[in-house]
Amino acid sequence: MIVRAADRVLVQGITGTQGTFWSERMIAYGTRVVGGVNPKKAGTEHLGLPVYASAAEAANDGGFEVAVMFVPPMAARAAALDAIEAGARLLVVLTEHIPVQDVIELIAAATAAGTRVIGPNTAGLVTPGECFVGIMPAFNAKVHRPGRIGVISRSGSLGALICLNLVRAGFGQSAYIGVGGDAILGTTTHDALRAFEDDAGTDGVMMVGEIGGTAEEDAAEYAAAMKKPVIAYIAGAAAPEGRRMGHAGAIVMGDKGTYRSKRAALERAGVRVLDSPTEAGAAFTEALDP
Amino acid sequence: MNFEEHAAKPLLETAGIAVPKRRLVTSAEEASSAAKELGACVIKAQVPAGKRGKAGGIAMADTPEAAATAADAILALEIGGRAVERLLVEERIAIAREFYAAVLNDASAKSPVVLFSTLGGMDIEDAAAKDPQALRRCVVDIREGFGHREAEEMLGGLDPGLGASGVAKTLVALYRLYRDTDAELIEINPLALTDDGGLVALDCKFILDDAAIPRQPDLAALGAKERLTAIEARGRELGLQYIELDGNVGVLANGAGLTMATMDAVRHLGGRPANFLEVGGQAYTLTQSALELALANPSVKSLVVNFCGAFARTDVMTEGVVTAWEELKPAIPVFFSIHGTGEEEAVELLRTRLGMEPFDLMDDAIKAAIEAAR
Repeated sequence: MIVRAADRVLVQGITGTQGTFWSERMIAYGTRVVGGVNPKKAGTEHLGLPVYASAAEAANDGGFEVAVMFVPPMAARAAALDAIEAGARLLVVLTEHIPVQDVIELIAAATAAGTRVIGPNTAGLVTPGECFVGIMPAFNAKVHRPGRIGVISRSGSLGALICLNLVRAGFGQSAYIGVGGDAILGTTTHDALRAFEDDAGTDGVMMVGEIGGTAEEDAAEYAAAMKKPVIAYIAGAAAPEGRRMGHAGAIVMGDKGTYRSKRAALERAGVRVLDSPTEAGAAFTEALDP
Repeated sequence: MNFEEHAAKPLLETAGIAVPKRRLVTSAEEASSAAKELGACVIKAQVPAGKRGKAGGIAMADTPEAAATAADAILALEIGGRAVERLLVEERIAIAREFYAAVLNDASAKSPVVLFSTLGGMDIEDAAAKDPQALRRCVVDIREGFGHREAEEMLGGLDPGLGASGVAKTLVALYRLYRDTDAELIEINPLALTDDGGLVALDCKFILDDAAIPRQPDLAALGAKERLTAIEARGRELGLQYIELDGNVGVLANGAGLTMATMDAVRHLGGRPANFLEVGGQAYTLTQSALELALANPSVKSLVVNFCGAFARTDVMTEGVVTAWEELKPAIPVFFSIHGTGEEEAVELLRTRLGMEPFDLMDDAIKAAIEAAR
């Protein structure tokens, strides 16, 4: 799930406003974008790249490893199944507000086909100095810089702020993995921790969580057994119960998904939990000081 | 989107699951005449909240007079912060046993899960704690579906006395309904086995997946209206997520995570956040409306604007805030912290048009806002 410069990327919905804006930035940064999909504009060129009718067609014409979706919610299921059937290794689902049963279906299809899904409702993946896939400000050197901290986040904007605070303290990132803000995700925080534990370029991991669900609790046991230090920040300590805080997955229901439960689980696992995103840099200076 | 019982039960009927005869009423008089028609009955408060029984929102009545008295008492209640305005008067069913049945989206399994327990009529967690053997759980492969074979397999050996074929049929119908309606949860508790061997759903909880509302418009029209403050309702109309809190430091940020983190920092640093207000995602061009919303709360004594642009461009958002600020000329102080996509342009806008300098650290902007609100 760490994207590399050699990965060939297909952009589903490349001709739309956001698809165009972010494809241009991905290409400028070094991402190997090989084409896009828009059934209505198949056979034309956009940004100097071929536009295909489907991911299947793109697969037959040279192929790709990664697909990224700039697709509206009600069209997301079909676009995802297209990319999965076409053999995508990695599918980055940026779309927010996809009906949950569609999400379940696309994840089930991906699991059966061996495709890893990132998201939905993610800002994507960044490997500073190599490439990025999604809608993160990889090109902003104050936010993303090559380094040795792996960053996992359920939120794009907060993930960006954490990266900025790391860079300010002299730490770059080995990679940024946006797992997404939905309640049901293709790749969990636990999965992302595992990827960073196995990654030779990563010395420590910053986990950015939020209230709702049990992603942080589920990851705690694994974090306790990791060789690399993990530092966490959890958003939503001041959030009221029973209200959805912007993200579909960010809701406390009764005693489920609370800040207290997540913090306690992580601290029991020996993970330091920060009170403010601003403390991230200093925390790693301490944790990685030989 | 939650559904009240009276709105959920017709969905079960369309799926072929039996429910009691019933009347929706709003007064003691109506309750009395419904009871005349239905005989011995149960009277239930209609509110989109659980634990109605514990709150005194459910009563039995054997006569129309008793129904009127019970209705009066329940209509005077407030349950889960809501005044009871409607009642469901239902014929009383002769119950032999009470079961539990549900279908829901399970985040850990990333799948639909069908649940059935021979212990119904109580909280399912309590039931599971009391007798784990009574609860069966089936993780469904959504691409395969849930049919009679899966239902029979799930119920196998559970309880020879429960007339398993009827239960299996009910579970299959419930799963079909879950798929047809984009439900997040459908729960029948209790599912009653009657003296004559039939199955009747005595209560029903239904939650529609909010993300599916655009493709379920007819269904969504039947859901319970969320209880919103005037400012929250205005936010909803504008397509902005605004949640009113009881503090005095207004918060405006982009992205759900950053907005929560900003609220948290206000509280952590000794202040009280007045709201959650997110302009992230597609809504980032609505910053001008968002600022008006943040200022509409009379408790707000200072405002912190915290932008960290990823998808959202901070220059576009700042332009919105600055323009609105020039128009509204608010009497309260505002403190900015701006980073990420479009940062240089955003800071320049702030300097030239408002003559202000953003704080480098969000914590410093927040401290200043808390101080100003005192």
